[in-house]
Amino acid sequence: MVERGWALALLRGSAITIVIGLLGMSLGFVIATPLAVLRWQKVTVVSQLVDAYSIVVRGVPGLLVIYLLFFGSVDWVKTITTAFGYQDSVDNAYPYIIGVIAIAAISCAYSIEVIRGALQAVPHGLLEAARSLALPGTVTFFRITFPLALRLALGGINNVWQMTIKDTSLISVVGLQELMRTAAIAAGITRSPLLFYCIAAALFFGMTAVSQNLFSRAERALNRGFGGR
Amino acid sequence: MDLEIVKYAVPFLLVGAKTTLLIALFGIGFGFPFGIAVGLGRGSKNRMLRNSCDTYCAIFRGTPMLVQIFVIYYGLAQVSFIRHNPVLWWMIGDGLHAAIIAVVLNTGAYTGEIFRTGFLSLPKGLIEAAEACGMSPWHVFTRVKFPLALRQALPAYSSEAAIIVKESSLASTITVLEVTGYAKRLMSETFAIMDIFIITAALYLAMNVVALTALKLLERRLLLVR
Repeated sequence: MVERGWALALLRGSAITIVIGLLGMSLGFVIATPLAVLRWQKVTVVSQLVDAYSIVVRGVPGLLVIYLLFFGSVDWVKTITTAFGYQDSVDNAYPYIIGVIAIAAISCAYSIEVIRGALQAVPHGLLEAARSLALPGTVTFFRITFPLALRLALGGINNVWQMTIKDTSLISVVGLQELMRTAAIAAGITRSPLLFYCIAAALFFGMTAVSQNLFSRAERALNRGFGGR
Repeated sequence: MDLEIVKYAVPFLLVGAKTTLLIALFGIGFGFPFGIAVGLGRGSKNRMLRNSCDTYCAIFRGTPMLVQIFVIYYGLAQVSFIRHNPVLWWMIGDGLHAAIIAVVLNTGAYTGEIFRTGFLSLPKGLIEAAEACGMSPWHVFTRVKFPLALRQALPAYSSEAAIIVKESSLASTITVLEVTGYAKRLMSETFAIMDIFIITAALYLAMNVVALTALKLLERRLLLVR
């Protein structure tokens, strides 16, 4: 297995899985934060739109979202790229870009709920104290509400991340060569699916176990000043 | 939205919905009691049983459902013992059966986690009181532990039920044509990607709403204080 280069290919696939997971999760989180704030502030119409987005994406299988983004984007991406003459380079990067966007779109919907819940859980007295000090709204938000909410959101972020890293495997169905796809190719060529899918499972398990460990440590570090739960 | 496409797509998707519901019903019907058993096993005093239940949960919660379904459908089919055993082959050889097994095993791990915390949250005094009354372990379970843990676990389980409906979509990767499988086919057939997505999403949302409402009603019925 090692001499035929499958070990290297699987490692490369794992790296792609991790990179896509991280990029998708970060992008999703960056988009989710302002949306969650809008949702939390109950801005009319916008709030409902954000809610609708989150309900639809959370209620529909990730596979369907991925199909929508992949099939839905093929046409106009091709038009744009041929118009600008970047055909080849975009053809190579295209699945990765859409893959990251798809993962981001899914994790964003879950992140919105996590951040909103955390924002709501920030004790009201603290905000009133800030107001009594005549702090402007933005300062209150960036100095008090958001940092506190981030600590409260950590558990939820952990859940979203665990889910996201597992969801990256779904992108393999549209041909992106991450861990799952590499395992499928190896299984097809060597005719030993049991071995390769079990290796893929073990690699995924390693990823989730390591990140669980890191999150537990981060949680302990963040809770240190709060009586260490 | 084009009405022609709706008329064309809906019958296909409804056929797919039947398969999705079938997988989901089996997933809930078998996964729920299985999950309770796993949850009990994780709290058991027998170390072997406890460790094996813990390992099972860790593995199925730590790997993607797609890997699990592929290991079961493609991987296990490679083992000659399973291929030559008619019962096992009946379970694994068919895409639908393999998908149902994968869903049950997957949801069993998550349900096991939900019920483990449910059983943990029970006040010790209640169980001791039941034992002091001379109840057998089975009676303690059916009369005290289970009814209380069920009420504790039901809110978390209802979101697990919605997840089962969504996870059943992975059956489409092993040639079972359920809603997502049909949606993919219709998307590449009609090119009306957004329209198909909207119809399919509406179907899934409807199924989730039905499942969530049913569990909510059950939850309300089970409330101790009405």
